[in-house]
Amino acid sequence: MIRRFLLVLTLILAAAPAFAVNPDEMLSDPALEARARTLSAELRCMVCQNQSIDDSNADLAKDLRLLVRERITDGDSDEQVLNYIVSRYGEFVLLKPRFSLRTLLLWGAPVLLILAGGVSLIVFARKRAGKPTGSKLTAEEQARLAELLEK
Amino acid sequence: MIIEIGHYALVLALATAIVLSLVPVIGARRGDQAMMDVAPLGSVLLFALVAFSFGVLTYAHVVSDFSVQNVWENSHSLVPLIYKYSGVWGNHEGSMMLWLLILALFSALVAIFGRNLPDTLKANVLSVQAWISVAFILFILLTSNPFTRLDPAPAEGKDLNPVLQDIGLAIHPPLLYLGYVGFSVCFSFAVAALLDGRIDAAWARWVRPWTLAAWTFLTLGIAMGSYWAYYELGWGGWWFWDPVENASFMPWLAGTALLHSALVMEKREALKIWTVLLAILTFSLSLMGTFLVRSGVLTSVHAFASDPSRGVFILCILLIFIGGALSLFAFRAPLLSAGGLFAPISREGALVVNNLILTVACGTVLTGTLYPLVLETLTGDKISVGPPFFNLTFGLLMAPLLIIVPFGPLLAWKRGDLLGALQRLYVVAGLAFVAALVFFYIEHGGPVMAVIGLAAGLFLILGAAADLWYRAGIGKVKADIAWRRLTGLPRSAFGAALAHAGLGVTVLGIVAVTTFQTEHVVEMKQGQSTEAGGYSILFDGMRPATGPNYTEDRGHFSIRRGGAEVADVWSAKRLYTARQMPTTEAGILTFGLSQLYVSLGDATKDGGIVVRIWWKPFILCIWGGALIMAFGGFVSLTDRRLRVGAPSRKAKPAKPVAPAMEPAE
Repeated sequence: MIRRFLLVLTLILAAAPAFAVNPDEMLSDPALEARARTLSAELRCMVCQNQSIDDSNADLAKDLRLLVRERITDGDSDEQVLNYIVSRYGEFVLLKPRFSLRTLLLWGAPVLLILAGGVSLIVFARKRAGKPTGSKLTAEEQARLAELLEK
Repeated sequence: MIIEIGHYALVLALATAIVLSLVPVIGARRGDQAMMDVAPLGSVLLFALVAFSFGVLTYAHVVSDFSVQNVWENSHSLVPLIYKYSGVWGNHEGSMMLWLLILALFSALVAIFGRNLPDTLKANVLSVQAWISVAFILFILLTSNPFTRLDPAPAEGKDLNPVLQDIGLAIHPPLLYLGYVGFSVCFSFAVAALLDGRIDAAWARWVRPWTLAAWTFLTLGIAMGSYWAYYELGWGGWWFWDPVENASFMPWLAGTALLHSALVMEKREALKIWTVLLAILTFSLSLMGTFLVRSGVLTSVHAFASDPSRGVFILCILLIFIGGALSLFAFRAPLLSAGGLFAPISREGALVVNNLILTVACGTVLTGTLYPLVLETLTGDKISVGPPFFNLTFGLLMAPLLIIVPFGPLLAWKRGDLLGALQRLYVVAGLAFVAALVFFYIEHGGPVMAVIGLAAGLFLILGAAADLWYRAGIGKVKADIAWRRLTGLPRSAFGAALAHAGLGVTVLGIVAVTTFQTEHVVEMKQGQSTEAGGYSILFDGMRPATGPNYTEDRGHFSIRRGGAEVADVWSAKRLYTARQMPTTEAGILTFGLSQLYVSLGDATKDGGIVVRIWWKPFILCIWGGALIMAFGGFVSLTDRRLRVGAPSRKAKPAKPVAPAMEPAE
């Protein structure tokens, strides 16, 4: 329920239980079709919740799939197809956002986190070197330790 | 009447929780034994009240009492009995009740099994648990009351969402919540330790079984959810990097890190402060997951704004608990004494790398999940962060972890011998690579990268076996001694080996499916057949059928290999009558570890039907690996050191002295 809830809601909204690419949409050239499939997996179905147009059965997704194939048959490169779709539908359509000022922190996050983690590890290790280890004893435990040592 | 009693029990539970959240913690401050003794009894009482309340809600669902709004909205008299039970948590209000029930259950378990905990620690832990209970009972009573009545009572319910009418729903949320909420115990232990200002190896030993239990359930819950999505949603995907999935995956990543850092803390008393922080973060991520899913903020920032009462309430809970715990941490952590030293190349060092990678991976998933929300709120720009982003970043981060996993257990504590570990593992690595090549040759096709992926998976599996092999000294000592050594290894060693091997099996499954799966989308008419995965699939035609609360069109397929029929499968398109909602019921056939997945599409104009067939080689490895991981967790839990090893009350005064008696390092 919990994890799927929204996905499921979307499915309900998207209704008809058929999925993704239909045989009549496919290109006859397998190489071009394969490119179209790869590109489709990177494009968002705009009316769905987090689904690519490759997975979605919404009408808009179908239109986009046809559009991608049209551009590919017209000889566009993958980059050109994406540019074309973005120029019509905006950056929102890309499931893998492009690197830009707006997505700087998104793409930079893993690098920054690794650096921050690494640096703090080194700083911490340096600061720690030479200091006494083990837990501090409470007064009660000190007393007991002293008592033990005296024996 | 019974409904009102259930409602009242929940109100009483609130009162109990409030008392419980104040009295023991004050008692712990003052050293008042009587006040601290309220904690265990109160926690059990709280559980009893919440359980009764939950039982009443379940009863309302089972007898289909449509005068209760929650039942009316989410049930139907014709729903099969099992879905009347599971329907209790198949909706917002009910799922929050389940959350609360499990929280109270864990508190009660700590009260019962924590007999050997120091009194102040136990009082503090149970009070912190009660704080969380108060927040969630208030949330339920004020914004999500499942006991609201309808007058007049409707004659028939609106039915449970058809996609949720599945055995997967009965199992998935309870498992997931046992994991999510189980981490609350770690959180409470961390906060209690900070309140106390004192923390030692014994603390880690008390926390570890709870972490292990929560992690095990969460692993099962995620795997179950993934498999459920795979067969229920009908397009053969098993992981979508959906924000809702990420919400459960982040606590898993942090929890995995916690499991390992608590190990270092227990064995070597190092990484104390980090472990406490991680315990806080893990449960914070669970809380945040609940917020993300429950507030509606994920569907759209606007959905959140249109009905903010629930969202704002959970946001407040989130701020109070996460903010409060982190502030407490900031104030108190510097007071905690530092732990043992270790060389960079050591088991501790390997576990630190494990923690670094898991935490960064978790942070990356978090950034990817929240980035579009934050960006839209701040600038109004809409972007999407989907599977291609996560596959790339998460994949790159996890790859090195997979390689170092087998090294960890082979390195010694304090100062390890990397060369020695390398010498022990190069045979394993070689074997893994050769096996991957053979595998690749048999399945043929797919990118060359697949060989590396397969080798990584096999390396994990063989590396786990090698760990046990070397520990037992097989080949070096006589067989009977080796056998005795092997059987004498602690259960947790087997648990770790199983969990690591399980990870390898999952990796193997993921790589095999992504690279070798084939998809066939074809139009079929009755009597036509098509090839997939070396099988020939013959379409025998469609037949209508009726279930208890749905009608369906079922397609029958005969599966042949080498001319002989080996199996048959039904694949259906269903219409649930109460909601007029269609679903697909994919036909899935299992051959060994691989599956043939048949899903029906639209009917074509000339009387055929679109059929999607996937051959998913070794796909069962993905969930099988998770099961092995969880099994490893259970095996570790049965380790006697965790069962009875927590220092007993009698030994308490002597125990903290022990570390100080060790020779200086």
